[in-house]
Amino acid sequence: MANLIPPRFKVVIDYEKCRKCKRCVINCGFGVYSFSDRVIPDHKKCVSCQRCVAYCPEEAITIIENPNVFRPNSYWTMEERINIMKQASSSGMLLTGMGNDRPYKNYFDHLLIDACQVTNPSIDPLREPMELTTYLGSKPDAVKVKVEDGQIKLDTKIAPQIKLDTPIIFSPMSYGSISLNAHKALARAAKECGILMNTGEGGLHKDLYPYKDRIIVQVASGRFGVNQEYLDHSAVVEIKIGQGAKPGIGGHLPGEKVNREVSETRMIPEGTDALSPAPHHDIYSIEDLAQLIYALKEATNYEKPVSVKIAAVHNVAAIASGIARAGADIIYIDGFRGGTGAAPTIIRDHIGIPIELAIAAVDDRLRAEGIRNSVSIVAAGGFRHSGDVAKAIALGADAVAIGTAALIAMGCHVCQMCHTGNCSWGIATQRPELTQRLDPDWAAGQLINLIKSWSLELKEILGALGLNAIESLRGSRERLRGIGLTDTELAILGVKHAGR
Amino acid sequence: MDRAFERIPSGCAISGIMNVSGKRISGEKIITSISLMHDRSNGLGGGFAAYGIYPEFADHYAFHLMYQSERGRTLTEEFLNKHFIIERGEPIPTRPHPEITDPPLLWRYFLKAPEERLYKNHEPMDERDYVVEKVMFINDNIPDSYVASSGKNMGAFKGVGYPEDIGRFFRLEEYEGYLWTAHGRFPTNTPGWWGGAHPFTLLDWSVVHNGEISSYGINKRYLEMFGYKCTLMTDTEVVAYAVDLLHRRHGLPLEIVAKVLAAPFWKDIEKMEEEDKRLYTTLRQVYGPSLLNGPFSIIVANNKVMMGLNDRIKLRPMVWGRRGDFYYMASEESAIYEIEPSLDEVHVAKGGEPVIVRLKEGEQNG
Repeated sequence: MANLIPPRFKVVIDYEKCRKCKRCVINCGFGVYSFSDRVIPDHKKCVSCQRCVAYCPEEAITIIENPNVFRPNSYWTMEERINIMKQASSSGMLLTGMGNDRPYKNYFDHLLIDACQVTNPSIDPLREPMELTTYLGSKPDAVKVKVEDGQIKLDTKIAPQIKLDTPIIFSPMSYGSISLNAHKALARAAKECGILMNTGEGGLHKDLYPYKDRIIVQVASGRFGVNQEYLDHSAVVEIKIGQGAKPGIGGHLPGEKVNREVSETRMIPEGTDALSPAPHHDIYSIEDLAQLIYALKEATNYEKPVSVKIAAVHNVAAIASGIARAGADIIYIDGFRGGTGAAPTIIRDHIGIPIELAIAAVDDRLRAEGIRNSVSIVAAGGFRHSGDVAKAIALGADAVAIGTAALIAMGCHVCQMCHTGNCSWGIATQRPELTQRLDPDWAAGQLINLIKSWSLELKEILGALGLNAIESLRGSRERLRGIGLTDTELAILGVKHAGR
Repeated sequence: MDRAFERIPSGCAISGIMNVSGKRISGEKIITSISLMHDRSNGLGGGFAAYGIYPEFADHYAFHLMYQSERGRTLTEEFLNKHFIIERGEPIPTRPHPEITDPPLLWRYFLKAPEERLYKNHEPMDERDYVVEKVMFINDNIPDSYVASSGKNMGAFKGVGYPEDIGRFFRLEEYEGYLWTAHGRFPTNTPGWWGGAHPFTLLDWSVVHNGEISSYGINKRYLEMFGYKCTLMTDTEVVAYAVDLLHRRHGLPLEIVAKVLAAPFWKDIEKMEEEDKRLYTTLRQVYGPSLLNGPFSIIVANNKVMMGLNDRIKLRPMVWGRRGDFYYMASEESAIYEIEPSLDEVHVAKGGEPVIVRLKEGEQNG
């Protein structure tokens, strides 16, 4: 039956324009093209990653959705039917890459930001200072000072803090799921922008050691690449419990992606599958998490914040409260739009909750318990532009993390085929002929531009709000209004409806 | 009192007078000063804070109450009877005034906190925390009842009207105090209500404010975490509670409190000496949510101090001056010259730099 499954896309070649340069044949990571007298596409292999389109010098290629549609049915969509056909012919679990692409309600697009008119002045970020500086880490409730020789001096030592020049960091994407060049680009951009990149769970390649002050290293259930040296080359240590795209399940990096460099970095034999267990096998409850948090603090001499990353699930507020009380300095929450290098489609598309609701619920809960100061909240999961960032911060996040947007900046076209390892853009692949396509300097430049653009826009939004420091927006839900939301949704988000 | 208006932005005029030797003067001068800035208000709010006015009850908490109904008074008096020793309770003297209509019932009580009640969860409790808790309870839970002020030897007199009319209504020329602050209000979207007029107070703190606090949303949520209830529908309320939290509860000197409310910019912190850099970095890291962002000039006072403070980019006017032991602060210079034509010195207050005037040692309560 496999052969009966229709192609999702059609490759249309304008043979009058085609000069037979075969650039498309070389560029396609998915083996769509063959050549005999002329370029011949195998439509079934096409994922619409657009690499051939971009690199055809004659603009002779167009990818279209297969016009040969199944009989339309708004319930049994073409995608559902194709998925059933695939499973009926394979008996396997469907895999996918990137974040949930289903049309669930998107709360960001139902929130509007306030602005000043008359009663308080807006502020011009081109003429006045506008501060985005953000510190991640646990804060005490109060600062103590003492007076010595008429001088007021600090009498409190607070937990370690990590400075961000702008409240946006790169989300965890492991070396293995993405290429070393992509990792290098993220690290360089993080350094240049004064933000952080996150290793994900695949360890830290030695080439990235010089960027250690700008790196979050993950300790995940597979413990790949974790040793003292790894912990020492970081600004923050993060315990990965879950991921928005696949809450509750582990990870699987197929053996073919585990080349020599990946094997050295992950500290596993070359060519073996890298399997992350679903739970940490030393964490079966919250008190076990507390032990790991303090084990990592001991190992890093209490000089680094420890972050705990969880997926946004139904009971996220209570879980976050437990994590705060277990001693975490940062809670990283990943919403259901968060991306992945590989996940079962059924998990990605049906498990978890939107990050907007999770931020609001967690921030409320921590405030109700009077412990909001004790942790920073980093939110992730589908931030598309600086408007989403501003809304997340107003809902209560200290900073946000971006993954998919960063990949797009590096050339990703969101074809959702990361799990195949064939990324034509050289990002989500370890095939040397593909990874060499991504120039880390160029990609870093793209990332830097993106972070700078969003930061400029954030300043403009702050100015419109009459604010000149990001901390005055953080958790200030008074400056948001909902549109087209039910009373329950408004209550969870803690915002009034537009017009009120 | 229409609670549908949850927050009321407003323009305004402010004025303050303090004699640092504790010499007491009548309310006449402050009325004259604030009335010069008549056009900065719109008749929807005016008020005064006066310190040193109740020397015969200097050790009592003077509670000024506003009641929208007799029922509110009955319930509140029941509550006060239960939680305090009431030395005296009486209507606040007023005179009829053609411009002041529909005032609430205005009462004052001189109270002591019974020692045997100063326990919480079997732990001894700070007397002032006890008083704050009761004030919050009344404002939040007892219908039609609002505490206008709750400090010792001080009181707030406020209502709907132009400040000079409010001053006459409350017969302030008959009181004598060594520190007076005043406020004329220009609220922009409210029918005006008595509880929403300035000053805002807690214990002997009072705040008058010209401006709008654009960070109100997070300031409020931050203070709520420490048990403060923001019920008065006006952004200025958060200033009074923030000062109480930072100064009284967290023990920060007033200079530092000012540097939390109007924090130095990161670029300026960068240039500081190492020790100051650590101090101010830590303050911003920890107290970011209580940064007052947006345009403001405020006069914060208690029994010993008058502090003027502008927002850090100086979006609102404030001038201060001195003649002998008298210090003056006002939104407009003319409002000072109106009552003191020959000043020894006069200055424009700088953005984010507090002007702090202290009562001389040993002269408290005049």
